[in-house]
Amino acid sequence: MMGAEFVPLSLPPLLIGIFAAVACALPGNFLLLRRQALIGDAISHVVLPGIVVAFLVTGAVTAGPMMLGAAGAAIVAVVLIELIRRLGRIETGAAMGVVFTAMFAGGVLLLEQSDTSSVHLDVEHALYGNLESLIWLDATGWASLLDWQALRGVPTELPRMAMTLVAVAAFVLLLWRPLKLSTFDEGFARTVGIPTSLLSLALVIVAAVAAVAAFDAVGSIIVIAMFICPPAAARMMTNQLENQIWWSVGFAVVSAALGYVLAGYGPIWLGASNAVSAAGMIATVSGLILAIAARFGPCRTRSGAPAEG
Amino acid sequence: MLTDALLLQLGYNATLVAIGATLLGFAAGSTGTFLFLRKRALVSDAISHATLPGVCLAFILMVALGGDGRNLVGLLVGSAISAWVGLLCLSWLTRRTRLAEDAAIGAVLSVFFGFGIVLLTVIQTMGSGRQAGLEGFLLGSTAGMLWSDAMVIAVGGAVTLLLILVLRRPMTLVAFDPEYASARGLPVHRIDLAMMGLVMAVTVVGLKIVGLILIVALLIIPPVTARFWSDRSDRVVLLGGLIGAVSGYVGAALSASAPDMPTGPIIVLVSFSLFALSLLFAPNRGVLAAVLRHLRFQCRVHLRQGLLALAQGQPIYERLTLRLLRRAGLARADGVATDTGRARAAKALRDERRWQVVRSDQTHEAAAALYDGLRDIETVLTRDQIDEIDRHIGGPQGVPA
Repeated sequence: MMGAEFVPLSLPPLLIGIFAAVACALPGNFLLLRRQALIGDAISHVVLPGIVVAFLVTGAVTAGPMMLGAAGAAIVAVVLIELIRRLGRIETGAAMGVVFTAMFAGGVLLLEQSDTSSVHLDVEHALYGNLESLIWLDATGWASLLDWQALRGVPTELPRMAMTLVAVAAFVLLLWRPLKLSTFDEGFARTVGIPTSLLSLALVIVAAVAAVAAFDAVGSIIVIAMFICPPAAARMMTNQLENQIWWSVGFAVVSAALGYVLAGYGPIWLGASNAVSAAGMIATVSGLILAIAARFGPCRTRSGAPAEG
Repeated sequence: MLTDALLLQLGYNATLVAIGATLLGFAAGSTGTFLFLRKRALVSDAISHATLPGVCLAFILMVALGGDGRNLVGLLVGSAISAWVGLLCLSWLTRRTRLAEDAAIGAVLSVFFGFGIVLLTVIQTMGSGRQAGLEGFLLGSTAGMLWSDAMVIAVGGAVTLLLILVLRRPMTLVAFDPEYASARGLPVHRIDLAMMGLVMAVTVVGLKIVGLILIVALLIIPPVTARFWSDRSDRVVLLGGLIGAVSGYVGAALSASAPDMPTGPIIVLVSFSLFALSLLFAPNRGVLAAVLRHLRFQCRVHLRQGLLALAQGQPIYERLTLRLLRRAGLARADGVATDTGRARAAKALRDERRWQVVRSDQTHEAAAALYDGLRDIETVLTRDQIDEIDRHIGGPQGVPA
């Protein structure tokens, strides 16, 4: 599997998968601690109407408008959830459920009504992406990594996902102290002058950006899984936020790499001829990691809770 | 065309779907109410996504045994088993580890769904899997519904309703006050599991019509809508069921009346429009009612302040106050009080003085707590009490007798 075809066929999707996983896991740590873990779930449902509308407006499947549409839909959803929560005095979970299912249904309806048979745009694609198809045809081997001509043929998702990862990491690094403070003690953070509601909104927006970028490349199922599973597993390993972040990054990388390899080569090892869905396999591996951490992790129980009998 | 559809005149399949969707909507709406009142609406999202691996495994198993992989009962049994496993994982994660429920929901739904998708791709590469059409379970597919499918849905819906009828009292108690229920000796955890079991039954029954991604909508939107119209839990349960049933019926009819109208999404959008209407126009809890209430309150405050200003001979500059006074015939356009205005103003000032006495007197403590600057004192104290207060205040002062 380290042969000549590895670089053109497997390296780009592998890297894209890892970048997407880490970009989602980073904000996921904070969302998990703030009890907003399901934001990722809601966002990944509502991007569907966003990209469908973008397609109907521009008439083509191009990345730029689609990401704009998806981001717009995510913002509309966040505003709608807040409106319904305040105006109708409904708890957040139910308000979220109302908004994201209705928007997703709207997206499916638009998709059915419009003529999208000529282009590759369907619900299945939105759900589990197309990681395997992101291949790098210009590469001939490891040497291509140093060949400027070949590098220009890299799938556009790769640099885009890398940039998203850098942006998300920069956000977490630059706003580390305020983020940490306001996550653990919002009241105290406010008294020392941190604009907590602004920060909270910024975190949701960063999460949405990561989700939309990752969604475009790998589909929504990885987005939801990576927002939650690596941070949740990391939470079982440590009580230090710094360590938790590093654990979650590690878990995300392992899930993405192992998931991709298992999906691509696992069936072949088992004697079958076709690969299975990489997106689904990555989510499955992250779930297995979470299961192991939840069973054996040193910090798995609530502090103060009796030991498991 | 639409009236034909609403009157079930569009043929056998459309009629079956409409009846099935109505029953499903009723079962989902009333079951979802308990979930919503328990503040665990999104648990249904985890349950519904967790059905996918079961559907796929059941298909693989049935094909491996040489049967027809598309047998609905077999697929539904498979989906129920995997949803139950997902539910147990969810409950274990929240009870035994430090994860909050929302994180556990997200973890279960993404992992089970991801595993289901892996199995779906496995089925696609199996020889007989080409026409499996299992993707139909994602968003529902009502095109080729059979009489037997409709019967499965009807029986499932009826059993669910019967169980709700039996379990409604303990479930309501647990939803409102789990601590009290537990103190009464009710097995809270088991009742919760029963509630989730009902949700699972609705999900499994609804797979064929609305699909596993959108069944959540039928469990959440009708109860939230019903909550706007009543504060009594039994009525909310019934209303939730009715709203779900109407959404199901109208949605199925709409989708049958035009091409390219997928049933599941249309049902969801119909129930969402009912929700939006309720949010805006429901009495008491609706947005319009709240706006009206606020405006009425504003009028009362302005009138009261205007009267007090008139009584103390202060000029009124505030436009709204002036307009309100003029419309009530209490003041002229230049801000001078009319005769009625002077009388009302004097009374307002006197009432204010009476309230002062009430609030400074310990014996009137209960009445004083009701003071908000607007309440008429006659609604709080009896005639005799007011006369007693008036004796303290005495007659008008500074006027020659």
